[in-house]
Amino acid sequence: MSVTKPLPHDAAKLHVTGTARYVDDIPTPRDCLHLAFGVSHVAKARITAMNLEEVKSSPGVVAVLTAVDLPFANDVSPSIHDEPLLSDGTVNHLGQPVFLVVATSHRAARVAARKGQIDYEEQEALLTLDQALAADSRFEEGPRIYAKGDASAAIAAAPRTVEGQFELGGQEHFYLEGQAALALPQEGGDMLVHSSTQHPTEIQHKVAEAIGTPMHAVRVEIRRMGGGFGGKESQGNALAVSCAVAARLTGKPCKMRYDRDDDMTITGKRHPFRISYRAGYDDEGKLLGVEFLHLVNCGWAQDLSLPVADRAMLHADNAYRIPAIRIESHRLKTNLQSFTAYRGFGGPQGMVGIERVMDHIAHDLGMDPIELRRRNYYLSAAEMGGAAPVAIGARTNGAPMTPPQSISDEKKNNTTPYGQLVEDFELHEMTAQLLESSDYAARKAEIAAWNAGQDRFARGLGFSPVKFGISFTLTHLNQAGALVHVYQDGSVHLNHGGTEMGQGLFQKVAQVAASRFGIPLEKVKITATDTAKVPNTSATAASSGSDLNGMAVKAACDTIRDRMAAHLAERYQTEPANVRFDDGQVHIGDEVISFDEAANLAYQGRISLSATGFYKTPKLEWDRIKGQGRPFFYFAYGAAITEVVVDRLTGENRILRADILHDAGASLNPALDIGQVEGAYVQGAGWLTTEELVWDGKGALRTHAPSTYKIPACSDRPDVFNVALYDGQNREESIYRSKAVGEPPFMLGISAWLAQSAAVASFGATYPAMDAPGTAEEVWRAIRRVRDGV
Amino acid sequence: MKITFLLNGESVQLEDVPPTRTLLDWLREDRGLTGTKEGCNEGDCGACTVMVTDAEGAKALNACILFLPQLDGKAVRTVEGAAGPDGTLHPAQQAMIDLHGSQCGFCTPGFIMSMVASHANGATDHDTQLAGNLCRCTGYAPIIRAAEATETAPVPTWITQDRSFISPEKLRGEAAGRGAEPPSNPHIPQNADELAKAYAKHPDATLVAGATDVGLWVTKQLRDLDPVIFLAGCEDLKDITVTDNEIRLGAMADMTAVREVIEPLHPSYGEMIRRYASVQVRNAATIGGNVANGSPIGDNPPTLIALGATLHLRHGDARRSMPIEDFFIDYGKQDRAPGEFVEAITIPRQADTLKVYKLSKRFDQDISAVLGAFNITVENGTVTSARIAFGGMAGTPKRATHVEQALTGQPWTAATIASAQAEFDRDFTPMSDMRASAEYRLETARNLLARCYAEMNGETTSVLAVSA
Repeated sequence: MSVTKPLPHDAAKLHVTGTARYVDDIPTPRDCLHLAFGVSHVAKARITAMNLEEVKSSPGVVAVLTAVDLPFANDVSPSIHDEPLLSDGTVNHLGQPVFLVVATSHRAARVAARKGQIDYEEQEALLTLDQALAADSRFEEGPRIYAKGDASAAIAAAPRTVEGQFELGGQEHFYLEGQAALALPQEGGDMLVHSSTQHPTEIQHKVAEAIGTPMHAVRVEIRRMGGGFGGKESQGNALAVSCAVAARLTGKPCKMRYDRDDDMTITGKRHPFRISYRAGYDDEGKLLGVEFLHLVNCGWAQDLSLPVADRAMLHADNAYRIPAIRIESHRLKTNLQSFTAYRGFGGPQGMVGIERVMDHIAHDLGMDPIELRRRNYYLSAAEMGGAAPVAIGARTNGAPMTPPQSISDEKKNNTTPYGQLVEDFELHEMTAQLLESSDYAARKAEIAAWNAGQDRFARGLGFSPVKFGISFTLTHLNQAGALVHVYQDGSVHLNHGGTEMGQGLFQKVAQVAASRFGIPLEKVKITATDTAKVPNTSATAASSGSDLNGMAVKAACDTIRDRMAAHLAERYQTEPANVRFDDGQVHIGDEVISFDEAANLAYQGRISLSATGFYKTPKLEWDRIKGQGRPFFYFAYGAAITEVVVDRLTGENRILRADILHDAGASLNPALDIGQVEGAYVQGAGWLTTEELVWDGKGALRTHAPSTYKIPACSDRPDVFNVALYDGQNREESIYRSKAVGEPPFMLGISAWLAQSAAVASFGATYPAMDAPGTAEEVWRAIRRVRDGV
Repeated sequence: MKITFLLNGESVQLEDVPPTRTLLDWLREDRGLTGTKEGCNEGDCGACTVMVTDAEGAKALNACILFLPQLDGKAVRTVEGAAGPDGTLHPAQQAMIDLHGSQCGFCTPGFIMSMVASHANGATDHDTQLAGNLCRCTGYAPIIRAAEATETAPVPTWITQDRSFISPEKLRGEAAGRGAEPPSNPHIPQNADELAKAYAKHPDATLVAGATDVGLWVTKQLRDLDPVIFLAGCEDLKDITVTDNEIRLGAMADMTAVREVIEPLHPSYGEMIRRYASVQVRNAATIGGNVANGSPIGDNPPTLIALGATLHLRHGDARRSMPIEDFFIDYGKQDRAPGEFVEAITIPRQADTLKVYKLSKRFDQDISAVLGAFNITVENGTVTSARIAFGGMAGTPKRATHVEQALTGQPWTAATIASAQAEFDRDFTPMSDMRASAEYRLETARNLLARCYAEMNGETTSVLAVSA
């Protein structure tokens, strides 16, 4: 079977030869026009006048559009229609698109866009959380609160408490391929759009609104993105809509791509948070009650901020069974970029909150931080009594697991703050395995002795577990479709609603298709995501790509396979149950024919060899206002131990070693999954160490290019980097019992920040209380606090 | 402007080249070679990396800030030319497939070309070789595995042949079917004398050496530069000579060449250059450019000040020299007349006591928040001389004169260091920006003196030297 094999990425050869085609690489007709935005230079204002004469007369300019020139909807918001494509006369962040230049070249458009003269009546901009809070500037009417038990009373009654507050910075996606779109006008006003997007259906929807057509007149295609990470879930709307509007106006193909500085200045990023906490616990480190206050910087438009902030709340427990907990979340509206989806979608921020609490408590108790965490873990799946799923080969149709009999009270209480029973918890076993494989105990002792021997450097170990909920919390998004054709020569055309951004989704899903038909992978042609083939798709997001699309493709393949089996059984006078697809062959009772022959026979027999497939995730039930239900189908787990070194004099620091054990269930492709884990860890560690977003007092993003915004470089990966997949299977019936792997390992990077904290703590008795990211300067400040009390 | 170069083994002649047309734009927009990617358009991500071979050998360069005239007489290889004419993959390409080195694939062509170039040069310090290529997907581990797996493979013939093909005769003769013809383009002078004449005549011209900064004037500030004088042909300005008395660095010596010469003489300077930008940038950036640019955050100027270097300027046939610190008058203002250019920098030969410390958010390929260069001589327990200079601490690269005075003549002790540390406030009033706060800059500058003291006393002082 093709599944479980560590095959290379399907486009690997195209990547290395430079022949993999991205949106900006698609050959365009000679008359293709190019677009650029003129943007605002202040953060909050009313526009009093605009003089665009110089823009219009700039060489190569064909047209200049402002909001009044837009024929239909002026909106690119993915949520509440609060995000005009072009300023409606108000300006809400520095860098907001105000006018659109259509020109004969990319450079001509950029040059012209800078020639606009805009007069503003400036208003006081809300640039900080404090300013927004003071002005009660927020989304939703008030804070969301999720709670379990009486946290305040539990903390008041607890033998010990800690409290604190910290800043948690945002993060630029820095997909290597910037945002890009190309619109090609078709006959009768139809529009074909190529968009570098994780969400083709939304592009289709927003383009249709903007050009005044039904969705059926717009076709959106995307073969691949050069990275997405959530940054292409909604942020591509503006470019695609611009191209379509300009193409409709001029009748010519229109292309738009952001220069990197524009990309970073215009588009949203990971939400910055300020998290305050209070926790009560006993002398053994058992958590009794925890309170969190999340101040979420949402930026100027709502975008996806509500579900992001929700997911942060849903991960405020991470791996810990907390008897009483209260999470209060304020979604604050500021005059910065509209913060958006980014790998983990708020989960990382929520998780950092509780891991900070655990770090603080371990420091207070002088307890080993891993031991403290283990004492507070949820009950394991084994303790919960759920039988482990049977092995893949032995499984027939995977009947739903029977719920455990006679659940004790303790088991009943193995619930998250939002009331979901945790039935698949694996971190007890994974932690034990990781402690051993990483040689934790011996290294911890060696490091303590090394640190004690000098005052210049300190090394530190950080441990963070991950329990990440899998499913969109907007329940209706948990659906997917697929379209599969078998041609008469036995070759297979595969299409589904998922998009490829580097994660290897297309290969995994192709492996599923090949496995269902029992054919070599080469027979399956992977094709570009296309709204005309599979409609009404959800964004490729929430780590759901393989889970949803793998299942939809399986359904489509099985439909065709069953038709073929029925036909062949009749032809060979046997039962369909006796028809088996394996190794490129079809076994019909005692007869064996090739799959190609079988396909041809089915064609000759007038059997439909094309099918759609559909899947919706079962068991979900969620009320986001109450904060109660089962938002997640299952949880994905992981654990990491990171070692860092810090320099007292300068705060310079780096990762020396990382050991990771991650749960991808029964991996569909271990090579791709390990790639996701390695890459996510480094990206997560980058978020919490070198990646710092800096805005000035006017609201201008000062870190708007790689010269000033520092994602990890090659030498920033751990010197020693041990990554392994946990040998387990999904207890829920997912595609081949695999687990989603896109986002969960991102949060393994939290261990790097905790390792910094541990290293800093060795300089004195005070708790380091670090902010994030732990840049050299932040580490230096923390050391000063701990060592010198400054 | 007319230029000739090899592209993936084939001769290309271009007439009427706009002088600031970048190789990247030309490849993608005019030539239809879209394998080379634009990631940042400022030389910081490496997605546009190509291999350029000239008389000195094969170099990785960023095509986004490489103007076409800089390529005259050279051989360019893009990712489309990494594989052999028959489609045989380069060993780096095969290893990247086998070891899962690509995910989204957008940075991959740039990585491939960096690997092709470093492989051709036999380099195996992969972290340094690939510091100029950013990848957001893989976490780099599989890419490094691929680079390591490529080490032992022989360099493919189609890669080695670039060098033999770049003789002017080959380029001009074969391409146009006519005899060799020396270039005579006032915008591409072929030696310092021609440059001196051209620049004296057009003092308003922009001089383009490596274009690692001027490139951004074009790609980011969207300026039209006219006229432009390209220095790429001035071979004599690239000369580096080392005598008993001095190290003479021609202004056009690129930072890769400077590093090779400096590393054995002043290892700390060599290590600083290893972290200075990236291979692609160092292969283009020149020492003269870094000085003439006058940036307060350039890394060479404070280092050269600490070494007591002399700057040599030329205008027409007139030459003058000055201590290099005198060149930097104020922020954005240098002691250079219109039409005058940096011809060379000389560093007096001296026993090596230089310690250079670069503080930045990221170790590799990052602009310094603070750069401290310490050149302190201690004889018989007493400080006999101290030249200390900093970048990132003022509007110009600047000497720490009060700190120097507090050290000179004093015993080499912790107490002396402590009293000298107090003098930093008199020398510097740094500012806060996106790289660091004023406080961090001032306090760590003080601490770097303590680091220097520790290192001169034989202690390990860099986190880069610590392992798990």
